[in-house]
Amino acid sequence: MRTRGLRRLALPMCLAALLCCGPAGAGAETAGPLTYGLTPKQVASDTYVFEGSTKHFTRANGGNILNSGFIVTADGVIVIQTGPSRRYGEEMRAAIRRITAKPIRKVFVSNLHPDYWLGNQAYRDVPIAALPGTIAGIEEEGKGIADNMYRLVGDWMRGTEVTLPTEPVHGSTVRFGDHVLRLIPLHGHTAADLMILDETTGVLFTGGVVFCGRTPTTPHATIADWLSELDEVDRLDIRLLVPNHGHVRADKACVAQTRDWLTWLDGALRHAADSGLDMAEALELPIPERFAGLDVLREEYRRSVAHLWPAIERELLPRVE
Amino acid sequence: MRMALLVAGMVGTLPLGVPAVAAPVPRQADPLGSVMWEAVRDQYFGDAPVVFDDAVRVIAPAAAEDTRAVPLAVDATALDGVVEMLAIADLNPFPLVLRYHPGTSAPAFATRIKVQQATAVRGAARTADGVWHVSGMLVDAAGGGCSAPPVSYAQKDWADHVGEVQARLWPAGQDGIARLRMRIRHPNDTGLVDGIPAYFIETLSVRAETAGGTPELARIDSLEPVSENPVYTLDVRPPPGATALILHGRDNQGGEIRATIPMPPTGAQPAMSRMRDPRRSIGQ
Repeated sequence: MRTRGLRRLALPMCLAALLCCGPAGAGAETAGPLTYGLTPKQVASDTYVFEGSTKHFTRANGGNILNSGFIVTADGVIVIQTGPSRRYGEEMRAAIRRITAKPIRKVFVSNLHPDYWLGNQAYRDVPIAALPGTIAGIEEEGKGIADNMYRLVGDWMRGTEVTLPTEPVHGSTVRFGDHVLRLIPLHGHTAADLMILDETTGVLFTGGVVFCGRTPTTPHATIADWLSELDEVDRLDIRLLVPNHGHVRADKACVAQTRDWLTWLDGALRHAADSGLDMAEALELPIPERFAGLDVLREEYRRSVAHLWPAIERELLPRVE
Repeated sequence: MRMALLVAGMVGTLPLGVPAVAAPVPRQADPLGSVMWEAVRDQYFGDAPVVFDDAVRVIAPAAAEDTRAVPLAVDATALDGVVEMLAIADLNPFPLVLRYHPGTSAPAFATRIKVQQATAVRGAARTADGVWHVSGMLVDAAGGGCSAPPVSYAQKDWADHVGEVQARLWPAGQDGIARLRMRIRHPNDTGLVDGIPAYFIETLSVRAETAGGTPELARIDSLEPVSENPVYTLDVRPPPGATALILHGRDNQGGEIRATIPMPPTGAQPAMSRMRDPRRSIGQ
C-alpha cells in the first residue's frame, strides 16, 4: 500500500520536473518503458497463444507467467485470459489487432488467480465472461490479489485496478461463427475452474487445471477435486493442450504429470503429519528426483505446504479431552 | 532520529533488578541488518551477553504465504544447558512471540506465528552461563498478519469450541525424547482490530501423570503473535512410568485450557524425524 501511495506522489512530481526543466528531466527515468513484448504464436487454425515464463511473478517478467490466447472466428475474436496487469491486457489487445482487424467478440477468464484477469481493463468495452464462482472470488479477494501483485512485480502494475468479469457463464456449448466452443465448469484447482475446448480445432485451454513442466500452484486447491478434474481432461478428445502455465503440447503427458505431482504432494504431507513432523520441518522434505524438471519446484512446494498442511494436521491430530 | 529516540525510550523503561551477568561481551552487529535489532536487544535481553550463533537453528520460509500463520521452528539442541528460549519477529507491533522453558525437554520448539510485514525472525537460547545465543532469518511478507481479524469469529459457535485440544504423543526414541504435537482452538486475537479486545493464550504447561506426582516437562509463555488456533511441536522427555501427559493453560481473560494426552499405543513408531535430526536437510 505504501509503495502505491508513493507511486501516486511520484508521478505528478515527475511531470512537474518535465514541465519545469524540459527534456533533461527525463533522465531521471532509470529504465525504458516497461514492455512485455507479446508475440502471438499460431498453434492451430485461427488459434494463437502468447507463451509466458514458467517462473513465479517477478519484477523482471512483470507477471507474464501465463499462456493467454485467442481464437479468430468468423464472428469476431474470442480472448482467453487477460494477463496479470492492465499493461499486459493492452499490449495483448494491440498484438491481436496486428493479426486481425475483426472486433473482440468476448473474453473468457478461467479462474480468480491474478494472471487470468488483472488485464480486464483493456477489454472494458466487450463482455468478460467467467464462472459465477470466479466472479464471486474476485469480488471477495480481488483487491488483496491486486495489492499483492503490486508488491511482487511493482511498476508493471501501474494503473491496474480490479475490474470484475461482466457475464456469468455456465457449462454449455456455444457457437461463435465457424467455431464451436465447449465451456467446461470444474472445481479443484480453485473453487471455479473454466476449461474451454474448441471442438472445431480440438484445442483445449485448460486454465489452471493442467500444468506442464511447471510446478502446480495450490492457493485455492482441493486436491481430491483437482484429481477428478484431471480425470475429466483424460476423457476429452483433444488435439492440442494449452495449459495456463508451462508448455503447449499435442499429447496429454502433462495431465499425468500434474496428477503425479498432486498425488505425491498430498501423500507426502499426510505421511509427514502422521509421522510427527512439524509444518516447518515439512518445508524441507526431500522431493523425488522425477520432479526435477518442474520449474520453481522447491519454491512452489513450500507454498503448497503453507496451503495444504494446516487442514491435513487438523484432520489427523486426534481430539483429546 | 526517530530510531534513536525509540531506543533511548526503551532503555529508559528496562525493568530494574536485571541480574548481574558474566563479563560483558562486545555488541555484535546484527547479521540480518534489521533496523529494530538494537531496540529488540535492549528490550528483551537487557544487559545480558548476546552472541549471534548458528548453533541455534531457525527454520521458516523465506517468503510468508499466509502472514497469519508462518511456520517457525527454533532448535537449540546443539547447545548444552539451555534454560530458556525466545522467538522474536523484529518488525511486529509486538516483537516477542513466546518464551519457552524447556525444563527436561529438548531445547527445541516449533509453532506458527503472525507477521505484520517483512521482518527478521529470530530464535534465541539462553544457556546456564547467562549468554543468549541468537540466530534467525529474513521472512518476506505482504502486510497485515497481526491486524487481520481472526477467522474463528466468522463461525457462529466459535465460543463453544474455545480451548478444545487436539494432541498426539509419539513414543520416545532411544534417547528418551518423545515428539508431542498439540493444536488448541483459540482466536489468539491480538487486539489490534478496532473494538475487539486482545484475547490470547498466555501460558501452557505440559506435565506428566505418574504415581509419584505430576512433574512439569515444559512450559510456554505465549503472546499475541502466536497464530490463531495455535499449534506447537515439542520434544518432551516423559519420565518412566508416566501414564499420560497433562496440558494445562490459561488465556489473558482467565479461560482455562485443560486436556489429558494419552501415552502412545503399544507398537506405535517414534516420530519420523525430530527437529535436530540431520536428515531434515535432504533435498535442499
